Amino acid sequence: MTSVLYDVPGPKARRRSLLISIVGGLVILGGLAAVVLVLAAPRVNAGGVETPGMFDPSRWDILLDRALWRTILQRGLLATLQMAAVAAVGALVLGVLLSMARTARTPFVRIPAIVVIEFLRGMPVLLLMLFTLLVFSTGAYWAGVIGLVLYNGAIIGEALRAGINSLPRGQRESGLAIGLTPLQTRFSIEFPQAFRQMLPIIIAQLVVLLKDTSLASIIGYQELLNIGLRQATTTFGSRYLFTLFFVVLAVYLAVNLLLSWFARLLARRTASGRGGRRTKQAARVVQQLGGAGMAGTQLPVTFDDRSGEAFHSGSGFDGGSGGGGGEGGGNAS
Amino acid sequence: MDAIIENLPRFIDGFLMTLRLLVISGAGALVLGTIVAAMRISPVAAFRGFATVYTELLRNTPLTLILFFCAFVLPILDVDFDYVTFALIGLTFYTSPFVAEAVRSGVNGVPVGQAEAARAIGLDFRQTLGAVVLPQAIRMVIPPLINVLIALTKNTSVAGGFAVVELFATSRQIVQLRGDEVIPIMLGIAVLYLVITVPLGQFAGALERKVAVLR
Repeated sequence: MTSVLYDVPGPKARRRSLLISIVGGLVILGGLAAVVLVLAAPRVNAGGVETPGMFDPSRWDILLDRALWRTILQRGLLATLQMAAVAAVGALVLGVLLSMARTARTPFVRIPAIVVIEFLRGMPVLLLMLFTLLVFSTGAYWAGVIGLVLYNGAIIGEALRAGINSLPRGQRESGLAIGLTPLQTRFSIEFPQAFRQMLPIIIAQLVVLLKDTSLASIIGYQELLNIGLRQATTTFGSRYLFTLFFVVLAVYLAVNLLLSWFARLLARRTASGRGGRRTKQAARVVQQLGGAGMAGTQLPVTFDDRSGEAFHSGSGFDGGSGGGGGEGGGNAS
Repeated sequence: MDAIIENLPRFIDGFLMTLRLLVISGAGALVLGTIVAAMRISPVAAFRGFATVYTELLRNTPLTLILFFCAFVLPILDVDFDYVTFALIGLTFYTSPFVAEAVRSGVNGVPVGQAEAARAIGLDFRQTLGAVVLPQAIRMVIPPLINVLIALTKNTSVAGGFAVVELFATSRQIVQLRGDEVIPIMLGIAVLYLVITVPLGQFAGALERKVAVLR
């Protein structure tokens, strides 16, 4: 199918879109080249001393230093992953508990649960960490873990609740009908399905959790950012700050992109199954509930990516060339 | 309680700084994000590729690292601003991909049949877009955008770790002065965050119900 919004472009319009594609590409490349040149230029500071440009070998030779990688990977990354792993387990447990309380039948349990969940979701993670640190004087590590557990537990709890709500009512009813207690029904019938359906969302939230471990650096936990940037800059010298920044950035990106990719893979797999449409609906519910932090918007994205592709190959609401993505892609190459 | 009363001006200053961060970087992110979203769905492959890489990179970088870049790496590149400006730049850039994704998913969410129907009854490109597609897309975009702003409100607290005295940094300062009343002080700060986020959330929910398109 070609464009819906306008007639199929003729040879002139196609030529024009090719031209725009080339010019646009050149503009972007030019911009990037300008940034690189500015960075590479040596600069003179106020005292008239010239410091080498950002791509000077003297700024990058530490990449060959074993000690640097030991510091960043063995100490920094390990500390970050350790905090993320402990907090992830805690958040999952808390999420299950909160979703149980939130769907309880007695209002004495349900209403406090609603208040707690809403409160936790409205709080900055950093404030939760600081609160734990100051009030319970737990030390930076546990303050960070508890802050992450509280916040992400609330989000995961809501995700699980949305998953349970999206199950057909017959699931629970048949469980009760064959004589299981309500609690048994919940644990052996509803939770496994809800969990499986919500797995992509939960993993996306765990990526957020991993990213948020860097907040613990502000309350003084020694993790990737603190060890790899602040400490390493002191050890190796401040002229390496720029280099170290990119090393730390690369480590974060590698880990996060890997996890995001995994979440997307999982989303595609579950979506192709029976629960696909319902997962999507439930994802929308979670999004509408509006917690999930900034990265909460990351949740539906996992699903939108597919519609995005469909959009490019098909409908083409975008102006310019006719065939949407496929055409444009051909033009650029 | 008296720790809150005697430090009331500090609370207000911190609150105003948080609001300032929210409003300015929120506006910046809306503009930047819309541009990125337009690039992402544009027919020009070069723009689309750039926008995709931009979104993926920024979304997977911790905000702390971005603010660190703004506060400590930009100065060695001879970029001279005060810390508030650095924080505004960092928050704007960090938020923009989330805005872009919200906008993009809204536009993608309009079923193709809508445009097809509009074309079938003889509307031209401008009419189709203006009378059928965009009105629906905007309705679908606003609630997720508000959610992004709520998240931004919470994220302004990270700027407190980088020499900007907003609510989070204020709570640290006041706790240092009055270590005996930690819990009331923290609760006060929490309430001030909720004052921003809860009404925004209610507004998003109400709007969602009001403009919901029944399909």
